[in-house]
Amino acid sequence: MRLKLEARREPSRLMLYVTPALAVLLTVVAGIVIFTLMGYDGLGAIYQIFLTPLVDPYRWQDLFVKAAPLIIIALGLAIGFRANVWNIGAEGQYIVGALAGTGVALATWGMEGYWILPAIVLAGILGGLAWAAIPAFLKTRFNVNEILTSLMLTYVAIQLLFYLMRGPWRDPEGFGFPQTRLFTEWQTLPIVVPGTLIHLGVPMAVLIAVVVWVILSRTITGFQVRIVGLAPQAARHAGFSARSTIWLALLTSGGLAGLAGIFEAVGPFQQMTPQFPQNYGFTAIIVAFLGRLHPLGIVLAGMVLAISYVGGENAQTAIGLPYAATGMFQAMMLFFLLAVDVLVRYRLRLVVPAGARATHERPASGQPAGAKAPEPESASA
Amino acid sequence: MAKQGQPPRLALEGITKRFPGVLANDDVSFSVAPGEIHALLGENGAGKSTLVKIIYGVQHADEGRIFWDGEEVEVANPKVARRLGIGMVFQHFSLFEAMTVLENIALGIDEKYSWRELQQRVTEILKTYHLPLDPRREVHTLSVGERQRIEIVRALLQKPKLLIMDEPTSVLTPQEVERLFETLRQLASEGCSILYISHKLHEIKALCETATILRGGRVVATCDPREESARSMAEMMIGGSLRDVSRKRTADFGPDRLKVIRLSAPREGPFGVPLKEISLNVRAGEIVGIAGVAGNGQNELLAALAGEMDGAEHGAIFLNGKACIAANVGERRRDGMCSVPEERNGHGSVPGISLSDNTVLTARYRMGLTGQGFIRYSAAEDYARNVIDTFGVKATGPKATAGSLSGGNLQKFIMGREILQKPDILVVSQPTWGVDAGAAAAIHQALVDLAAAGSAILVISQDLDELLALCDRLAVINGGRLSEMMEVEGISIERVGLLMGGMHGEDDASAALDQEEHSHAA
Amino acid sequence: MTTAILISILMTVVGAATPILLAALGELVVEKSGVLNLGLEGMMLIGAVTAFAVTYSTGSAPLGLVAAMVASAAASMIFAFLTLTLTANQVATGLALTIFGIGLSSLIGQGFVGLTVPALAHVFPAALAEDPIWRVLFGYSPLVYISLVMTALVAWFLTRSRAGLILRAIGESDEAAHSIGYPVIGVRYLAVAFGGAMAGLGGSYYSLVLTPMWADRLTAGRGWIALALVVFASWRPLRLLGGAYLFGAVMTLELHAKAAGVSVVAPEFLAMLPYLATIVVLTAISIAPAGGRLAAPACLGKPFRATG
Repeated sequence: MRLKLEARREPSRLMLYVTPALAVLLTVVAGIVIFTLMGYDGLGAIYQIFLTPLVDPYRWQDLFVKAAPLIIIALGLAIGFRANVWNIGAEGQYIVGALAGTGVALATWGMEGYWILPAIVLAGILGGLAWAAIPAFLKTRFNVNEILTSLMLTYVAIQLLFYLMRGPWRDPEGFGFPQTRLFTEWQTLPIVVPGTLIHLGVPMAVLIAVVVWVILSRTITGFQVRIVGLAPQAARHAGFSARSTIWLALLTSGGLAGLAGIFEAVGPFQQMTPQFPQNYGFTAIIVAFLGRLHPLGIVLAGMVLAISYVGGENAQTAIGLPYAATGMFQAMMLFFLLAVDVLVRYRLRLVVPAGARATHERPASGQPAGAKAPEPESASA
Repeated sequence: MAKQGQPPRLALEGITKRFPGVLANDDVSFSVAPGEIHALLGENGAGKSTLVKIIYGVQHADEGRIFWDGEEVEVANPKVARRLGIGMVFQHFSLFEAMTVLENIALGIDEKYSWRELQQRVTEILKTYHLPLDPRREVHTLSVGERQRIEIVRALLQKPKLLIMDEPTSVLTPQEVERLFETLRQLASEGCSILYISHKLHEIKALCETATILRGGRVVATCDPREESARSMAEMMIGGSLRDVSRKRTADFGPDRLKVIRLSAPREGPFGVPLKEISLNVRAGEIVGIAGVAGNGQNELLAALAGEMDGAEHGAIFLNGKACIAANVGERRRDGMCSVPEERNGHGSVPGISLSDNTVLTARYRMGLTGQGFIRYSAAEDYARNVIDTFGVKATGPKATAGSLSGGNLQKFIMGREILQKPDILVVSQPTWGVDAGAAAAIHQALVDLAAAGSAILVISQDLDELLALCDRLAVINGGRLSEMMEVEGISIERVGLLMGGMHGEDDASAALDQEEHSHAA
Repeated sequence: MTTAILISILMTVVGAATPILLAALGELVVEKSGVLNLGLEGMMLIGAVTAFAVTYSTGSAPLGLVAAMVASAAASMIFAFLTLTLTANQVATGLALTIFGIGLSSLIGQGFVGLTVPALAHVFPAALAEDPIWRVLFGYSPLVYISLVMTALVAWFLTRSRAGLILRAIGESDEAAHSIGYPVIGVRYLAVAFGGAMAGLGGSYYSLVLTPMWADRLTAGRGWIALALVVFASWRPLRLLGGAYLFGAVMTLELHAKAAGVSVVAPEFLAMLPYLATIVVLTAISIAPAGGRLAAPACLGKPFRATG
């Protein structure tokens, strides 16, 4: 017997919601097996990664702080991915956004006024936007693949960060350490829940999710993004320009990545350092897919990934599980999601091998050897 | 020509094949004698293609038996079929555009020849069956007729005992059809059986000795087509009486609604055809046809007229006298022009979204389906329901996805979506391609009614019979150029056929073939 | 003196070019079959860490190379199963493979950070390999010669062999190839496995030859450059060879400028060069009339599912 995939006539709505949970569950199971095989306490590792952040109220604030940038970036990416625009350089836009904001912060250092923080944040958005505009221009003008250009620009952004930290922006009173001065209180994000680390970026992430949700589900712009991604030719027929969609997708995702970047700089970091890149731009790709490219799903997925980050740190201190394991674990989540995704479009069916079929009462004559080779398209069980 | 006492070349017994939700073949049995030209007749969706795919081993029957020269066989895959002596020419050619004719032939056969040997054998076959074709050319430079010849050569190289032709003439010019029939008759006289799949009745009457008629996956009749009328076979095919499209011909047309002057446009995609200075006009109340073999600029013409080229087209287009060459898709729709592209799935509609959402695609400009940047979902749903009801679309409702509809129903929905917008000008490409006879008649009637109400209609179609029945005037598109307009009344089919063939490509290929023969002889 | 410098520069160029050539050759075959595997960077890292770990543990570099090929090919099979059997999105799956490879390699590499292994032995006798002049021909790591032989083999395979013809046909039109009776999915599995093994070889060049030690993410985005190279080469193996050496030259520029202490330009800007060059080159090839676009396999990146 083997398993056969059978196309559904319509994608299953139920599976759309069930599969992300299933993917997380499978990741947990696989994680236990793999970490055990690697000589760690598998069950303990999973407990540390997935449960300790939840049972310890003191770590909840960390979850929100970690989740906010992931959610903000993933919301932008989701718009692009829906339109088949593959901005995978969000990490670079995140860095450049933070750098642009930092530039304003350093220029206004020592000044006072309520206008300073908004100016910094605006610069952050514009920085990310500008960095994403390069692949957008190259794609729309010369049809250059945005996957490769946006990614290459991430490496450029990292070098730019290193240069600014080592050179022009180094703190003059910082004993030669390659990092900027600390931002002033006029330049940092306010804390919204007193006594915690939860800064303004956290409620902003939720607010942005709601706005993106309304845009995607109710407006003609959201419809355009969806149609361009589903059927480019039909989009053209409907009068939706592919070019403007590419610009829209890249500028939105770049701007949001820049926003996440500057929030992180003027929030948790309060300065700019070479350690600033945290791979959020890449992890947000996982968040976007795990959230099914749906804004509210992304909020949930952002929390799940934040749990794995915080839990990964816990596991590191508690049972010595290397921090690198977290990255692998997150990638596995995406693997499993992509794997179980098949259930949305297909149903699994057990098939009795061809030889056991009842229709052949007598052996077929003249049948060449090897004629019963399995069909290439079926998944072996 | 079937010889007495010999077992049939091919016999099917109780073939049944199920797909999710569809019974494609239901207990199908029939046989083909050696040297017989046997028609398999049926509407789109009757199960013909599934059946031949089973015979050729591309798909497998759930139940039933296949006998070859009297012995039961299991055709596991096309390789096995070819080893038995079954050759197949697909409806949608299994060709590789970016490769040469010879490479394509090498890929289609199982025997391993050296290139020199293969070239020799191919040249021989081309000569024996009088098929003009240059083996060194890349496929994307070839006409449709030439492409079909590649498939035929592929099949003939294996010395088949049964040749299956799946809808072979749907894309050929009348002259190419005649040439194909000669080749097939020559093959049959040499003892090769031919299974000829088609829904074109006059062709079957001209070519075949026996016809098996399928409807809804079942065999409903077997007959001798030479003794039947086209009408009687058509009624067996659709299982009811034919509905005729009623049209009052008049010569009394209004002013020009659509006027096109020297319209040129670049090719769409690497294998497209650029448009060269196309001029035409369509008056109020008139139906004008554009005939032509696929891939001669039809897609470009529709895209250029509808405004889908993002400004790459130039020349002049007037809608109701208003210049609109610079207008985009939405502006042209607002100015009164609607269009229906050839490809239903992914161009005319998006399969994965609901019918209601599909109305938003093209009807939002004229039917008020959006406001302040927001989609008015309830208005869209009402409009979709209106289309479904008015055009008798079989669907579970406005929430059904477009992909869940059959080809004919989806086409009715798309046509209805445009027609209910009461466009002044409607441009449609292949309005009844792959649609069953009932839906085709309904679509034709809707077009005629729209014209009667004063709209101008431009129909682009490969189906010459359709254009002759529907249009007042027609022109032929070939290589991106448009022929002169001809009144349909008293038109010369032969002349249309020659225009469709363009003569140009044929000459090239024949010359190349001659050259090939010379170099071979030398 | 100048000859010596020239030879040293030339050898650095070859050294920088070889790993991306190896990985890009594999990816070229994968893409010719119609599959886009963006997991190159991840597979190279897995290859790099496996080669290092096995060589360090067993003391045998050849064993390390074989292990790297097997490990990367195994990783590529995850991609193949998801995209070919389960028809998952190839872009997303490729990205996942890269993220996975980064995590896995750094997890395995934990215990090896900072350790070194003996570099791969020369193929040719020391008299030739270490001759100040002749080393420009004979003084390379075996992987360099392997990459050249593989370039020739891949070129021959694609243009001259029947199997190569079938592979190209499948990349050109999977539907047509299936209807004639070719095992589309099976061929693509093989191609992806080959691509994985080659990426493993390319990755091991970093950990066994270039810097015979392990450091996190030591491929530094070279896998992505290899991907770009395939586009730049218009899917032709010989142009790939030229492209790889061109990139080798750009990267060498960075190294030599750093070594020479060029102070006009900050080292960070030199480090940007390969990435900026990639963008420039990709743009140039897209502008060129009849450029890369026609050469791309028609089915590249599209999922295929046989009916019936």
